[in-house]
Amino acid sequence: MRLELSPRQNVWPLFRLLSPIFAMAMAGLLASLVIMILGQSPQAAFDVYVLGPLDDSWAIQEIAIKMVPLVLIATGLSFCFRANLWNIGAEGQFTFGAIIGSILPLLTQGMGFGPWVMVIALLMGMLGGALFSLIPAYLRAHLNVSEILSSLMLVYVAQLLLDWLVRGPWRDPNGFNFPQTVNFDAGSLLPVLMDDGRLHAGVILAGIVVLVSMIVLSLTLFGFRVKVIGSAPKAAGFAGFSSKETIFAVFIISGSLSGLAGIIEVLGHIGQLKPSISTNAGFTAITVAFLGRLTPIGILFGAFIVALTTIGGENAQIMLKLPLDLTTCFQGLLLLCVLVSDSLTSYQIRFVSDKPSPTTPIEDA
Amino acid sequence: MDISQSVIMTIMTAATPLLLAALGELIVERSGVLNLGLEGMMATAAACGFAMAIVSGSTTVGVLCAVLSAMALAGLFGFVTLSLGANQVASGLALTIFGLGLSGLIGAGFVGTSRPPLEPLFIEGLTDLPGFGKIIFGQDFFVYTSWILILAILIFLHLTRAGLTLRCIGENHHSAHAIGLPVLKTRFRAVLFGGACAGLAGAYLSLVYTPFWSPGMTAGRGWIALSLVVFAAWRAERVLLGALLFGGATVLQLHAQAASLGLPSQLLSAVPYLATLIALVFMSLGRKSGTVTPGSLGQPFVPER
Repeated sequence: MRLELSPRQNVWPLFRLLSPIFAMAMAGLLASLVIMILGQSPQAAFDVYVLGPLDDSWAIQEIAIKMVPLVLIATGLSFCFRANLWNIGAEGQFTFGAIIGSILPLLTQGMGFGPWVMVIALLMGMLGGALFSLIPAYLRAHLNVSEILSSLMLVYVAQLLLDWLVRGPWRDPNGFNFPQTVNFDAGSLLPVLMDDGRLHAGVILAGIVVLVSMIVLSLTLFGFRVKVIGSAPKAAGFAGFSSKETIFAVFIISGSLSGLAGIIEVLGHIGQLKPSISTNAGFTAITVAFLGRLTPIGILFGAFIVALTTIGGENAQIMLKLPLDLTTCFQGLLLLCVLVSDSLTSYQIRFVSDKPSPTTPIEDA
Repeated sequence: MDISQSVIMTIMTAATPLLLAALGELIVERSGVLNLGLEGMMATAAACGFAMAIVSGSTTVGVLCAVLSAMALAGLFGFVTLSLGANQVASGLALTIFGLGLSGLIGAGFVGTSRPPLEPLFIEGLTDLPGFGKIIFGQDFFVYTSWILILAILIFLHLTRAGLTLRCIGENHHSAHAIGLPVLKTRFRAVLFGGACAGLAGAYLSLVYTPFWSPGMTAGRGWIALSLVVFAAWRAERVLLGALLFGGATVLQLHAQAASLGLPSQLLSAVPYLATLIALVFMSLGRKSGTVTPGSLGQPFVPER
């Protein structure tokens, strides 16, 4: 007995739309199992993970704040993944963007300049991320070095660079030797949107990015090109779409959005550089991108789910003594389930008996 | 023990986990499957192996459980990508995320516990031979396993029919299927073998390399092992060379740190990752594009009809 795949001819569109929901149900069931093994009731865990954070306005703001980097990075990654380029070093581009973006706020600290510092810092953050993503892009386009491995190696390099900076040259001299920079001027931080809470203007920027990428993907030749190169590389070649140009373009998009996410985190709610500026957003965003089926609207939805369960996970650690790693586990499982249900929508799976049978019978052409 | 001997021993200690993991992945990739979940499998194996060694008080049980846990993850990966045809790159990443989380869950109760690392072999009269004695006769179980693995893989790939079948499936699965070779079965076995090797590598980290378990102790070694396979152009003997080079880079880093040359420690810690990157670049410079990569690498197998 074994499984055999065959491509489905016509996939009902609703089926594709429902596939991530099916995946979430699957991952939820598996997670309940793990939670039962850990000796807690899945019912209580569901209350804490999913319903709890939706209950008060403070938590909803926190969800929105957590969504911002996820949405930005995942939107950028969706361009790469659509073009079949596996940039998995978004975490590094995020970190490098945060570093480059912090240069100006650090230099002007205490001088009381206005919000233009913030604007330039955001742009420099994007530039930093983009520059950092050019390394794997160049290596891939011109030397055919696997972008998977090169982009990932650079994650460690960026994190060590940040670590060096905040322990060495950029350390706050009055910071009791903590590895962190001075607090940036309030004027160079992103404005807070509501009086009672931490929700910052990064949310608006993320919204704009989602809108723009919707337009780019569905209405421009560039968006079309990305889709064709990913799904039908030969056709793209015949159409004269340059794959090198596309490699650079999608890497720059995803690098600059990851860098933007990095500097937004710093200017939005952290207010200084320190080694722990990222909570693995660069990797979590991969799950988000797939959960959103690589579409901008889907990514919003995916980021919401992931942010919700991350906040829920933090609450669960306090209330149910469930370890934080459970959330990582769940996110890995969720990604696996999304990929499986994607696969189930594209392929028909049949059970075939393992009797020796003639290989693929030849049918009349 | 003189200096050169101790340097060589340190290099081998650093090289062994990379070697074990990379040899397993080499077989997986030769069969046409790209399993990026190496890091996750190693992390889970390290945690599981350490936990079970503490609980049972036996290193052997620890190693066995490490191997089984990594094989279980590999089996999950195989089911998802081979039986269900899911995207291999993304599934591998998912496996890494899942494995890292799982290792945290398993290891949480064992933080701060330590146990004596596995003792290397000592043969009276051989191990204390001057010069090479300790290097050849004074290693531990894992090092010898990695040496046997290299030989076994070379023989398997190039001298056996099963090895030919595996390479054939990796080069072109449609042709292989057409002449009646069992594509998915072979691949599934290769993936499980890769899992077992990653399990050994993980066990080495928590049972030999250090006397304790800590979160994130794999520190990207799974990814470096993946790079080694590319660096080695999918050939077992070159994996050994690559692993020793990386072991060398690690030792250089340790010695530079000890000598306190005034270089920031972070720069030295970045050496293995930068070295990997540079090695990948040099390998690509020295070869015509894509000629050595297994032809079907990373593509799901769907029989044509």
